[in-house]
Amino acid sequence: MNSDTLSRFEIVARQDFSDVTYLLEVRHPLMAKAARPGQFVIVMAHEHGERIPLTIADYDRARGTITLVIQAVGKTTREMQQNCKLGSTLYGMVGPMGIPSVTSHARKVICVGGGLGVAPIFPQAKAFKENGAYVIGVLGFRSKSLVFWEDKFRACCDEFIVCTDDGSAGIKGLVTEGIRLALAKHADIDEVVAIGPPVMMKGCAEATRERKVRTLVSLNPIMVDGTGMCGGCRVKIGEEVKFACVDGPDFDGHKVDFDDLMQRLRRYKDEERAALERWSESCRLMNQEPVLPLTGS
Amino acid sequence: MARKKTIRTIPQSRTKAREQAPQERVRNFSEVALVYRTEEAAVEAERCLMCPDEPCIKGCPVGIDIPAFIERIGQKDLRGAYDVIAETNLLPAVCGRVCPQENQCEGVCTVGDSLEPVAIGRLERYVGDAAIANGWVNIPYIQQNGFRIGIVGSGPAGMACAADMAKAGCDVTVFEAFHQPGGVLRYGIPDFRLPNEVIDAEIANLRKIGVRFECNTLVGRLFTIEQMVDELGFHAVFIGTGAGYPSMLGIPGDSLNGVLSANELLTRCNLMRAKDFPSYDTPMPLGKRVAVIGAGNTAMDAMRVSLRLGAEKVYCVYRRSRTEAPARAEEVHHAEEEGVEFHWLTAPVAVLDDGKGGVRGMRCIKMELGEPDASGRRRPVPVAGSEFDFETDQIVYAIGTNANPIIGQTSRLRLNQRGYIDTDPDLATSVAGVYAGGDIVTGAATVIEAMGAGRKAARSMKAYLGIRDAEAAEAGPPIFGIDARERNFVRVRA
Repeated sequence: MNSDTLSRFEIVARQDFSDVTYLLEVRHPLMAKAARPGQFVIVMAHEHGERIPLTIADYDRARGTITLVIQAVGKTTREMQQNCKLGSTLYGMVGPMGIPSVTSHARKVICVGGGLGVAPIFPQAKAFKENGAYVIGVLGFRSKSLVFWEDKFRACCDEFIVCTDDGSAGIKGLVTEGIRLALAKHADIDEVVAIGPPVMMKGCAEATRERKVRTLVSLNPIMVDGTGMCGGCRVKIGEEVKFACVDGPDFDGHKVDFDDLMQRLRRYKDEERAALERWSESCRLMNQEPVLPLTGS
Repeated sequence: MARKKTIRTIPQSRTKAREQAPQERVRNFSEVALVYRTEEAAVEAERCLMCPDEPCIKGCPVGIDIPAFIERIGQKDLRGAYDVIAETNLLPAVCGRVCPQENQCEGVCTVGDSLEPVAIGRLERYVGDAAIANGWVNIPYIQQNGFRIGIVGSGPAGMACAADMAKAGCDVTVFEAFHQPGGVLRYGIPDFRLPNEVIDAEIANLRKIGVRFECNTLVGRLFTIEQMVDELGFHAVFIGTGAGYPSMLGIPGDSLNGVLSANELLTRCNLMRAKDFPSYDTPMPLGKRVAVIGAGNTAMDAMRVSLRLGAEKVYCVYRRSRTEAPARAEEVHHAEEEGVEFHWLTAPVAVLDDGKGGVRGMRCIKMELGEPDASGRRRPVPVAGSEFDFETDQIVYAIGTNANPIIGQTSRLRLNQRGYIDTDPDLATSVAGVYAGGDIVTGAATVIEAMGAGRKAARSMKAYLGIRDAEAAEAGPPIFGIDARERNFVRVRA
């Protein structure tokens, strides 16, 4: 084994979907080989960085790469948006983590992605399709300008519903609207898989609860190590406490305590805001630097 | 030839190690205990009686030739002392600091029968620090044998196993899931007990004897144990993944935002350097009043880290009494000096909500000690009607860990009922060529016990691979009149 393959994480492609959403394709042949739908990685952008979990949105075994789709929401993800260019490397990337999703049993499924969740739902939709299921894709975006990967989903979905908050593309409304349409049309849905913000996944679970359609959600609590040794990512599933990093991240949406999850996601909101403000301020100062000597000359 | 030392002729009291003053050290992460000065080490070395039956060696889980290294300190031959230790222990600067010597070498020291035992740990550290300062490394002549060894986990068990296999001539790769090697030495034990530079120096020594470290590698998910043997071409594998999966109490309020495991607190602070936030990105805001549940070494570390992160008040809440506390006596003493308030015979029954997702306090109940339980410790029994509320805004659980499920989920290794890896007395698992040791086999124990397990597994792996082991001579009778103890000459490269 060449030690190079395990310790250099080169960015071999980058694509920007909008001013906040970007895609990184990272070289890691062993991980491309091991990755399964539903799994995630933990990334450290630089030596002083924090460890952040990101779902594997795609993998290409032939190219030896995995794909991450990232939304710039705080200090780390904005810093990466600025610094992760083609040919640059990540300081650390470990995975694939979590238990892979099971995609072999269902005959007819609805795959729901909301916002950034559209990316990680893709490998599951693709795997369901490859396993012979009838796949209905339901994707939600705020507006038309944020829509991405429509072509990739069309290629692996038998039906495809885009929902936008403002109705600028597809149907107007939330993804739960799309789920209701699909459930109304098909009486024989085996499973719904939903990935997105917790409030969206909670809505999806509520939309299917009455019909008792099995609904899986991919939880996104705060993580540190991602290997089950700190318990920072613990979630309440019915009466049980589970660690999302090693027992999940997929859980039965009808059993998840979403309010608890959302409360725990706010744990460091003050520090997160302060870190972002401090960083934005330092960027502003840095950007001024080249201007100053010019005005002086 | 000096006249024979007796218990009456040696210095009667143990040489104190200088320490940072409590009020000073509680504001920094620098080491609490300072290393012996040359003259202090010489005085303490003088206290060793060089007993012929050497109980201390048997008390050491890795069997360091303690009288021999102490004798060399006495002769001012520090390099010689280091060479003696390095034959059996590649991490003297670590072990001298973190071993519970009172239960090991120092616990059986003859001098300790009537006086304070010889400060073996402090002397070992003195030698280890000298080795780091001078860049000494004991690189034996290594003849490559072509065997490839994969080691899973870079903590004390993995490091000890890696060292022995590399010295035996194997090509050793250590896989670590974190971005830096060291395991619990790195993420768990804080800088004021074990500075990162010491770990770096000891790992650099392992690299010098040819051990490779592959960080960011999560075995069990990136590849399985079986793949290591079949596809990746490792002739033998050692699993030293440690004890993960911290226990929570399972009381109401456990999931509130002010409740976290000691592992999370320590990982954020030590490995991710939250203590240097915001120059490092990982945050670890702490409440003003921190209650740590438990009284093991992890609990003591969590308390002392909390003080240094700026907590105004730190409490230790433990359901048994001080006598049963599993932490090293010295750690409890240090925590007391630094102002931790101990609440013995007290158990939490509920975490109280502040209405905003955080913690406002804890409801506790007083305990009394009943009959001894299976572990031999007296079982704590709640005192009816003794509940009381306790104001705190941060609660840290340091009540032990359960087996990490990853390896179990992805391999066919046989596990025991509690989910730990099942091994035979030689530390062989149910899969041929795969060995395991340390906390993933025994549950949470000490650094040196993990190192002992790593060395034991290395011996078994060498036997499995048919590598003739010089250590095997240890047990045998003298050959041609040469005492088995003289096996210890090592061919050293300049």
